[in-house]
Amino acid sequence: MSEPRTLLAIDHVSKNFGRVTAVDGISLDIRENEFFALLGPSGCGKTTLLRMLAGFETPSDGRILLDDRDIARIPPNKRPVNLMFQSYALFPHMSVRANVSYGLEMERLPAAEIRSRVDAILATTELVPFADRKPEQLSGGQKQRVALARALVKRPRLLLLDEPLGALDKKLRGAMQLELKRLQHEVGITFVIVTHDQEESLVMADRMAVLKDGRLLQCDTPHAIYEHPTDRFVADFIGVMNFVPGKVSADGVMAANGARIAGKVPAALSPGASAVASVRPERIRLFPSAETANRTTGTVEALAYHGLDLQLHVRTPLSPKSFLVRVTADAADRRPVSSGDQIELGWDAADVRIFAE
Amino acid sequence: MAPALVWLTALMVVPCALVLALAFFRRGIYGGIDYTFTLENFGLVFDPLYAGIFLKSARIAGTATLIAVVIGYAAAYAIAAAPRRWQPVFLFFAVLPFWSNYLIRTYAWIVLLNREGLITQLLRWFGYTGEPPSMLYTEGAVIAGLVYNYLPFVILACYAPLSRLNPELAEASRDLGASAATTFRRVILPLTVPGIAAGAVFVFVLSIGNFVTPALLGGGRFQMIGNLVYDQFLTANDWPFGAALAMALIAIMLLVLMAQALAADRAAGRAAEARGDADG
Repeated sequence: MSEPRTLLAIDHVSKNFGRVTAVDGISLDIRENEFFALLGPSGCGKTTLLRMLAGFETPSDGRILLDDRDIARIPPNKRPVNLMFQSYALFPHMSVRANVSYGLEMERLPAAEIRSRVDAILATTELVPFADRKPEQLSGGQKQRVALARALVKRPRLLLLDEPLGALDKKLRGAMQLELKRLQHEVGITFVIVTHDQEESLVMADRMAVLKDGRLLQCDTPHAIYEHPTDRFVADFIGVMNFVPGKVSADGVMAANGARIAGKVPAALSPGASAVASVRPERIRLFPSAETANRTTGTVEALAYHGLDLQLHVRTPLSPKSFLVRVTADAADRRPVSSGDQIELGWDAADVRIFAE
Repeated sequence: MAPALVWLTALMVVPCALVLALAFFRRGIYGGIDYTFTLENFGLVFDPLYAGIFLKSARIAGTATLIAVVIGYAAAYAIAAAPRRWQPVFLFFAVLPFWSNYLIRTYAWIVLLNREGLITQLLRWFGYTGEPPSMLYTEGAVIAGLVYNYLPFVILACYAPLSRLNPELAEASRDLGASAATTFRRVILPLTVPGIAAGAVFVFVLSIGNFVTPALLGGGRFQMIGNLVYDQFLTANDWPFGAALAMALIAIMLLVLMAQALAADRAAGRAAEARGDADG
């Protein structure tokens, strides 16, 4: 299988506003037909980067290559890129149909073609019954679909989505995550989505980039980022992680209480340096066998039942913060634990990730 | 509610009723009023001589309205586009002339437009040697005075919807392929029409009945309806005819205001109906 073609190359792009650097030398390749997520906390530069892709901001430095052509200085109305705004930005004085037709009218297409393309996209987004309504007559989910239809009908090379699900309630958000993925498959357009919700990008993205303070920390598939974070911030930001602070030793980390956490030490860390060992809650077992590489005892502080699994907060001598442990409901049924119990925890050396502190 | 009604009756309804009643009597031979019923005064309003003054007043007020809307909208647009923290400062300066007396503001135009006024001097300074242009005591001077005096109303009326406009709407239009000019014509302008309408009605209603500006900048013989009413009461001593003219003027103003209120009501009604639909 050949390597997928690069559609958009972000090449050492920076953006300064006065003395503030919003985006700091980011390089990224986005591939044809990919669902790509830009993820990071607020203020990480993801929205500025998205606005540079749409043409509303010009990079202070670097190139943005779309199909090998530098579009960094092309105005928004002249690039084959469309943006779905976080506020949806539907034209309140136009009907749903007029909103969706607007972009095609700007291309001066024949009326018959506009009509058939608008009809088709309204059908795809299940908006036909609402075609004559004004935006204020629509629910949040319907408005979101109009914004999507209005951008998709232009058949852009690249569709940008700024926090597309942010305005929806939690239940609708879950349904729309799958809906967006289905639509992306159906129309065959590359999607770049900006979000601060790590769960959203894990569910939807083919690949994702984690940004912080204007810099790119890691770019990979959701699975690789979850299982092999290369940075302490990424490990903490994506999913839940238990951390044990200490010093680097020959084959792991020595915790403050003298306990040794076995795990693979990255080559860049020299013995004696400050470091943290980390392990995901679902990798920790209760009542481990004697051969388990890492073991500790702890006191159960609280239990939370989540249906599919049970989440335990366990105080251990390893770190000032209590450990979060997730065990399946089955396992919990076999050996019930309750608050205040002394229990033993264990996890394998292969599940330990070590980062510089 | 009740005190408001008392005030309204005492200060609005009673005086208007008195003026209206006056219009149905005859003029006394030596001035004064002859209390016999007649409809002659209203007939005279439609006499070509006076109807012509009504039309001329409407034309002047209409021209002043058009110019004030174009300048005022542009100014409001520029203020709304300025950085947030500067906007109150610019608005303050736009409204500043209001704090001086209307007469003084109008006299300032005489100083500007005089045969040997500031504009003529400026032209001379640039090397102009011919006859000084006659600008004062023309219809143009009256229109300039009206535009200047009522411009702040238009700026404030247009600024309100412009500053509330979600800037992402203009960005969305650009993103969908529209030029800046098309974005203005198809998105920004239609969404700010209510402000334009409110400002325009204000300028028109205040201009058509104005008598100070035509008297000062239009010269002694220049007449708009306001001057005509003024003359009937204070010079010709024909109070009944003056009252009939005043009533006709009030009727025109009410029609314009009602048309605007109806249009605004309909827009609000559509919005309310739309919200009702979404709830159902």
